[in-house]
Amino acid sequence: MSTLTKLSAIPYTGPAPTNRQPYLPVDAPATDARGAEILAKLANPALTQEPGQDMVTFLVEKDRIVDVLRALHDHADLQFTLPLEMFGADYPNREKRFDVIYQLYSLLNNERVRLKVRVAEGENIPTSVGVFQGFDWYEREAWDMYGVVFEGHPNLRRILTHENFQGHPLRKDYDPAQRWLLTEQGVSIIKPKIAPEFQQTEEESDFERVTLNLGPSHPATHGTLRMVVTLNGETIVGAENEIGYLHRCFEKMSETHTYQQVIPYTDRLNYCSAIINNVGYCMTVEKLLGIEAPARAQHVRLMLSEFYRISDHIICIGTNLVDMGALTNFWWLFQPREEIIALAESCSGARLLPSYLRVGGIAIDVPSTFMAHAQHLVSTLPKFIDDVEALIMKNRVFRDRVDGVGVISREDAINFGFTGPCLRATGVPFDVRKASPYLGYETYDWDVPVAEGGDTYARFLVRFEEMRQSIRILQQAIDRGLPPGPVMVDNPYVALPPKEKVYNEMESLIYHFKLIMHGIQPPVGETYFQVEGGNGEVGFYIVSDGTKHPYRVRARPPCFPIFEAFGKMITGQTIPDAIAALGSLNIIAGELDR
Amino acid sequence: MPVQKIEKSDSIIPRKAGVAPGEGAEKGLITLPGEADRLDDLGGSTYVTTKLEQVVNWARGNSLWPLPFGTACCAIEFMSMVSSHYDISRFGAEVVRFSPRQADLMIVAGTIVDKIAPVLKKIYDQMPEPKYVIAMGACATSGGFYRSYHVVQGIDEIIPVDMWVPGCPPTPDGLMYAILKLKEKIERGEIRRG
Repeated sequence: MSTLTKLSAIPYTGPAPTNRQPYLPVDAPATDARGAEILAKLANPALTQEPGQDMVTFLVEKDRIVDVLRALHDHADLQFTLPLEMFGADYPNREKRFDVIYQLYSLLNNERVRLKVRVAEGENIPTSVGVFQGFDWYEREAWDMYGVVFEGHPNLRRILTHENFQGHPLRKDYDPAQRWLLTEQGVSIIKPKIAPEFQQTEEESDFERVTLNLGPSHPATHGTLRMVVTLNGETIVGAENEIGYLHRCFEKMSETHTYQQVIPYTDRLNYCSAIINNVGYCMTVEKLLGIEAPARAQHVRLMLSEFYRISDHIICIGTNLVDMGALTNFWWLFQPREEIIALAESCSGARLLPSYLRVGGIAIDVPSTFMAHAQHLVSTLPKFIDDVEALIMKNRVFRDRVDGVGVISREDAINFGFTGPCLRATGVPFDVRKASPYLGYETYDWDVPVAEGGDTYARFLVRFEEMRQSIRILQQAIDRGLPPGPVMVDNPYVALPPKEKVYNEMESLIYHFKLIMHGIQPPVGETYFQVEGGNGEVGFYIVSDGTKHPYRVRARPPCFPIFEAFGKMITGQTIPDAIAALGSLNIIAGELDR
Repeated sequence: MPVQKIEKSDSIIPRKAGVAPGEGAEKGLITLPGEADRLDDLGGSTYVTTKLEQVVNWARGNSLWPLPFGTACCAIEFMSMVSSHYDISRFGAEVVRFSPRQADLMIVAGTIVDKIAPVLKKIYDQMPEPKYVIAMGACATSGGFYRSYHVVQGIDEIIPVDMWVPGCPPTPDGLMYAILKLKEKIERGEIRRG
């Protein structure tokens, strides 16, 4: 029972959250049962089930991890073929201080599995690159951040931090502000490996091989990507990508801030569709707290998510076409984008990065003109999309530059861990909004656009059609109207009381003070939640230790595996092809490097 | 002799009547609007006297060629500023050059981390004089809210800065205001470097 009197500001009657309580997911029994089934199917003694988690979770002995991954990948009834994530976590007080966590997805059964490997400092894990190519960079990142060594990894060097960096920054004993300087002398020279199919031809070739550096400051790299390519004449015979030029330490910063303070950091992950990151993060914390935002807030979240998805695709298409020399589309598409931004500005006061969401709802109610403004946008947007599509899709110059360029096969795309438009362009209809619906996406009538081929042209087709489907969802959302009611949950341990009550009532003042000083304190445990971002699955893995600071926040970057595969996609093609393909992948450095 | 205007001319630039264009050009026969009366006061002479430095500064201020060193969110707002709605070409700074050799205004849009800091310095060094730098947004100005192990706490650790733009990210109007302020500063001849 609550300690509130009946004169209280907020009529809250639920239990007061006492921290240090364990997190109990609502569907834990079903998850555990499914875990037992999988365990029986695999019949592998290296696996132990960890019950009471939000996802089927197994503890794996470190030497057997490759066998387990291969078994999960190959088993005919399971087929966990899509590697979603691999990352570390540090618990310094434990005997084996590091957790290395693998998350896989099965396209066959639409289910997820989490594997945990515990390692002590100085212990090695065998590399799993042989099973999932996509884990190459993830393992490098885990080494960079935690110092976990992967035995047999082909290229285990730093990925996010620079060459002069000392120590492993995501360890709990690393000072968050300890910097190391990099000078021009310290910058390493990268020599790409020649792809096997081109290795024998140097003597036969008429050309001398040239290694060319593109970026990190290059007009076509959209931010801070660096490619080093080896050319045989005009053909790219080897490519290596270097990232980390925008590593802003999102994960370390999250650990030093409170749950609500992390929201502005999430905006800056994929800054082209900031609201979607907010939705992902807030819903993860809500899942941990066991609460749900009110219907009105959910409706606004859905509408703004779809608007920002359109805006994200507009930036991708516009800038990609600029790289190919078609400037008109960029000017033409930025006009409606500016109006989408104005809609967000009318809600939150900020343009590009609104930080509009809060754990438990949205910051303030939408203005009264919100629906009319949205209807205006939904009515005018199709014209802009049609115009640009008409300009380019039958344009010979454009088609010559995109058809068959930057191809990735369906098997490779899955093996690397692609999600989002780039995966759908290879013909796999995986969309988080359909696979595990949230915000009520299952109640809307819309389709998942899929294209065949996996080339730049297919990615264009998917993005155009996705904008139309978003407009379709938005039209239905507008027709349903905004549900009445509050926009924040009725829970003083999560939501601040209204200001007039804070100034006039003792209880509200106390709640206000408590929430500001002590923050939101979720129960102890870990959880993962995913939403469909502009580029693919945006997921957040949060570990809570019951205090106001998250113990560990991990953002799943959808760009990361996509850019990892980029070297493979452009090998055998030319530099102009690489530029056209890079733009169509929509690599956002903010979420790539975090 | 007072300057006579040709009544029927479409041109807004008044010319002296009866003199063929080109003839006597060194005497400054073409005058700017509103100059005519002032020239009368000078006793009919059509020379404009000024300092070379001022003319040069005036020209520099009105044709800034920006190099966007865009790394993060601010680069998207920079794109908004050059694109159709805000349209920086109204102020003569729309010729965006990605080559440092062709630019004189570097707009550092976004967070600069330690890994890219040597690149920023190198590109700045490659720009020809005179060169100006705008630090756009909180991250470029001071590291913003990334007080962390891999972020440069303000680009003035590495290169000199002429204008700081607040905001995270600044609005396109904010960046435009900075460019206009920089233009005023250049025209006043306040920037001396190199």
